Parts: sequence; C-alpha cells; structure tokens
Amino acid sequence: MTTATKAARSRTRGSALPRYILQRLITSVLLLIGVTIVTFILTAIVPGDPIAAALGEGARENEATVAAYRERYGMDRPLPERYWIYLVSLVQGDLGTSIRTSRPVLEELAVALPATIEVAVASVILSLAVALVLGTIAAYRAGRLPDQVIRVLSLIGLSVPTFWLAIITYRFFFMELGWAPGSGRLSPTLNPPPQVTGLYLVDFAIDGDHVGFIDAAAHLALPVLVLSLFTVGLLTRFIRTSVLEVLSSDYIRAARAKGLPGRRIIGGYLLRGASLPILTMLGIAFGSLLSGTVLVEAIFAWPGLGTYAYNAAINLDLPAVMGVGLVVGVIYVGINLVVDLMYSVLDPRVRLR
Amino acid sequence: MSAVLSITDLSIEFGPKGSGRTVVDSVSLDLTAGRIQGLAGESGSGKTVTAMAVLGLLPDSAKVTGSIRLGDTELLGMPTRQLRSIRGMRVAMVFQDPSASLHPQITVGSQLTDHVRHHLKLKRREAKERAVELLARVRVPNPEEALSRYPHQFSGGQRQRIAIAMALACDPEVLLADEPTTALDVTVQAGILHLLRDLVAERDLAVLLVTHDLGVMSAVADDMAVMRHGRIVETGTREKLFRDPEHPYTRELLEAMPDAQESEVL
Repeated sequence: MTTATKAARSRTRGSALPRYILQRLITSVLLLIGVTIVTFILTAIVPGDPIAAALGEGARENEATVAAYRERYGMDRPLPERYWIYLVSLVQGDLGTSIRTSRPVLEELAVALPATIEVAVASVILSLAVALVLGTIAAYRAGRLPDQVIRVLSLIGLSVPTFWLAIITYRFFFMELGWAPGSGRLSPTLNPPPQVTGLYLVDFAIDGDHVGFIDAAAHLALPVLVLSLFTVGLLTRFIRTSVLEVLSSDYIRAARAKGLPGRRIIGGYLLRGASLPILTMLGIAFGSLLSGTVLVEAIFAWPGLGTYAYNAAINLDLPAVMGVGLVVGVIYVGINLVVDLMYSVLDPRVRLR
Repeated sequence: MSAVLSITDLSIEFGPKGSGRTVVDSVSLDLTAGRIQGLAGESGSGKTVTAMAVLGLLPDSAKVTGSIRLGDTELLGMPTRQLRSIRGMRVAMVFQDPSASLHPQITVGSQLTDHVRHHLKLKRREAKERAVELLARVRVPNPEEALSRYPHQFSGGQRQRIAIAMALACDPEVLLADEPTTALDVTVQAGILHLLRDLVAERDLAVLLVTHDLGVMSAVADDMAVMRHGRIVETGTREKLFRDPEHPYTRELLEAMPDAQESEVL
C-alpha cells in the first residue's frame, strides 16, 4: 500500500462517518424542538382548567385565589411567552413543578423513567432472542410443520390484548400458583439498591447484592412476560420474512457453494444480511413497548412512566403531563437516532452517503 | 485423458412426482483437467440447474437422478455434511452477478478467507497471506488494502475477479462458472475470460462454463455442448461446432449470433 492511498483512505474514513452522525444529530435536535412545541400546544388546548382542578371546591369560587394561582403558574400570560419561558427553563433542566405533588417534575421522572426502561429493555432483549430463533426456524422450514406452528403462535401473540393477558397472568401465575411476585419492583422487605442507573438489576449487580438481584429479577418476570408476547409475535413474523428473503439471495447460495457449515452461514451471512430490516423493526417494537407498558404497569403496580402519566393525566397535572410527553418524545427521537447510527455500523454502504 | 468430473444420465425434475416438470433430461458431460467445457443454450434450457446439481445446491423439491462422479466419488445422494467438504474445496463455483453473490456487509478479506480457514484449517494469518496472493494473481489492485474493503467499493469487473479468487482459494479441481461475464460490460468481459483461460492452464482446472452467449463460448471453450429443453442436442470441440454444426438448433443459434466471426477474435 502506498502512503498516498493510505492517506486517501483515512481521509474518507475520517470524514464520512462523523458527517453522517452530525447530520443525524442536527435532525434529532430539530425533531426535539418540534416535540416541545407539540407537547406545549397540546396541553394548552386541552379542555379543562388545571387551576380549577388543583384548587378545592371552595377556593375555586374565590376569584382572587384563582387569579393568584394563575399568576403563580404563569397562566395569565400570552401563549408564545409561556412557551418561551417553558423552553428557557427546559434548557436549564427545569421541567416545572408538579401541581399534584408540588415536587419538581424532573425529580419524579428520574424515578419513574428507569422503572419503565428496565421493563422495556428486558422485554426487547427477551423478545429479540426468542424471535430470532423462532423466525429463523420458521424461515428454514417455510411451509412445513414447524413454520405453521410458529406462525400460529406469533399470530396469537399479536392478537391477544395485552391488558387481558396481564390480568390473566396476574391471576394465574401470581395469585393461583404464586410462581412470581405480582406487584412492585421489589419485595417490601428489601431496600432499593444505591442508585447508579436506576435499573434495579444493573444497580444490584454493581452493588454485588445477589439477593436483591434475584428479587428484582423475579418482580420483572411477569410484566416482562406479558409485554414480550406481543413483541415476540411481531418480531417473529418480521424476522421470518426477512430471513426468507435473504435465504434466496445469491450470497447465501455462494456461501453454501463455499462449503461453509450451516451455523456459520446463519451467524455470519444470513443474520447479518437480515440485520437492517430487523433493526428498523426493533426500534418500532421498542416504541410500541413503551405505550403498551401503561396498562401493564397499572396491573402490576409498577411505579413507572405509565403509572406516572396516568396519574398526571387524570389530575390535569399539566407540568407532569408535558414532562411525560417530552420524555416519550425524547425516547422516540433517541431510538431513531440509535437505529440510524447502528445502520452505519452494520452496513458499510451507508457510511459513504 | 480421464474425466475429473463425470455427469451421466442426469435428470432433474421439479414438483410432485408424476406431474412434475422435467428441466434436465438425461444429460451426460465429462469435464477434463485443463479444459473448458462450454454449456450453451437459451435461458430455461437447464444449464444452470445442471451446474447447481453438481454441488447439491438445488432445493429439496428437486428430484435428481443419474450420476455425478468426482474422481471415484459419487456426489449424487451424498449427505450434505459430506458434500460440504467437497463444496469450495474440490468443486468451486462462480456466479453470474458478483454484486449479488458477494455479501455487501462483509469485507472482501473475510469472504476470501472464511472457507479457507474452515476447509484447510489455516491460521488467520496464513489465510490472509493466501488471500493476498490470490488477489494479486487475479489482478485486483492493492490486494493488501482490498482485504479490508467492502464489495461495493470495487467495480463490477474487479468484483468478479474477487469472486474468482474466492472460488480458487482452496485450490479446487473443478470450477463451475455460471454465466460469469453476463452481468459485466463487454469491455470488462474479455479481461475476465482471459483470466479464466490463464488460470485453467496454470492450475490444470476442469471448468464447466455455462453461458447463453456464443461469443463467450467461442472465445474460451475447448469443448462445447448445446442444450435445449433440458437435453443436450449436440456436443463436440469448439472448432467442430462452429465450423460444422450438425443439429439444426445449433445452426439456428449460430445464425442468431451477432457478428459471429468478429467475436472469435477475442
């Protein structure tokens, strides 16, 4: 290799990847600004008066009290000004104060969010692992018995309503059989681990507390099981289709013609070829998990984002509602960003665009 | 000279028994070391299926009868596990479109060496040295650097050179080339055919060259077979078939060939 070509290569390598990342980052920031506008306007036009909801029956009658409250929460100012104030405090890390609990929204979200993330991430990992195996088997045996069985199973997974499954699972595995705990993140006798990530499994592992780890894992079992069923169904069908398509490609035929053993073809050629569509689907699945978690959290008394959003909404706790909206928006934008960046890692052709 | 690979009475049928469609009908061909056996015919005549049958790459729905012998070994009906030690090792294949047959997400180096390491139990380093030599041999520029690049970073002709290097990596006795130049520009075709010609002489390869292009055939094939509707209608040396075709279909094909005389110049 000449030094000239070496230099040329490092030049293309050095600049192409960061530019791609930079573009995606700028897009993400624009999207986030959009998210703030949408959450702000949605809460501004929502029917119902948050002040009236927060004040008691008697205080609501007293116009001076209402006006004082309006002023205190800045509700008397024009909408654009309110948005500007919201944005400025947002940049400073201030999501406002919950009307319901009078505590900073950011603080409350910092507790609720990791609980939901833990369930969602555990479900995604479990679902992906199961779906990869089932989807690949189904594709290899396309049209034959294993495929038929797997397709029926994944259809069931997609069709069963999550809230119903949650109730049945709760009754059966917790109340009847007592195989796994059915409420909360931890047994009442245990203390939460010292907070590092907010994910109990990770924090207990860091702490080296295996009793706590096992207890936290047991509490995760049922919610994760319930949430995973739909995602497994979704991903299995999708992976089956992607793998089937790759299976008929020339490069798989070429890999077979080279005499590579089956497991190498699956691991090295097949799944890598199917990885891009699967990655896209995984991002979508993660998003659907976040919305599915609201009902599941309610049934398993999981102190996560879903429970928090529910309480905020029924109490017209607007700062809290906006906080949840923003966090969910950030998560979606974040997932898309991660998926895009993973694309460039998995597919060398993306890097040169 | 004795045949390296003998195909005898090969018949291939797709679909349910009885009502199935016969795509290859009693085909017999001998491949000899150091010679290129051309197999010509229009698309759908069964040429590619014949080549795929040699490596057992047809789907399970295909019913294959007859015999395919590699030396003293019968390949038909051989269990897949055993066939794998033949694929890529003793019989290798080059496909039509190198942009589809090379994996877009895997580096050239790793695609060139994975089967070498598997078959010959070479260390990563030895396999890499071998890959560099091969790439240099098929005249891919900067072979060392090429190893860490991806297929889309090469031109079509270079990609096919890489695919040829991949096929020859374990030093096979037989090379099955399925329309190896069809997806390439005409100007690039000649280079690939020359390379093929040289490699056959150098390595004493027995080649089955499947093509619908009689121009390609006349440029490199030593022996020719013309296939139609799953049957071989005429065989012979290249000279004989081009100068004195007996079967009316062969004559028809030759007449349909544009500028038959010029392409022989290749």
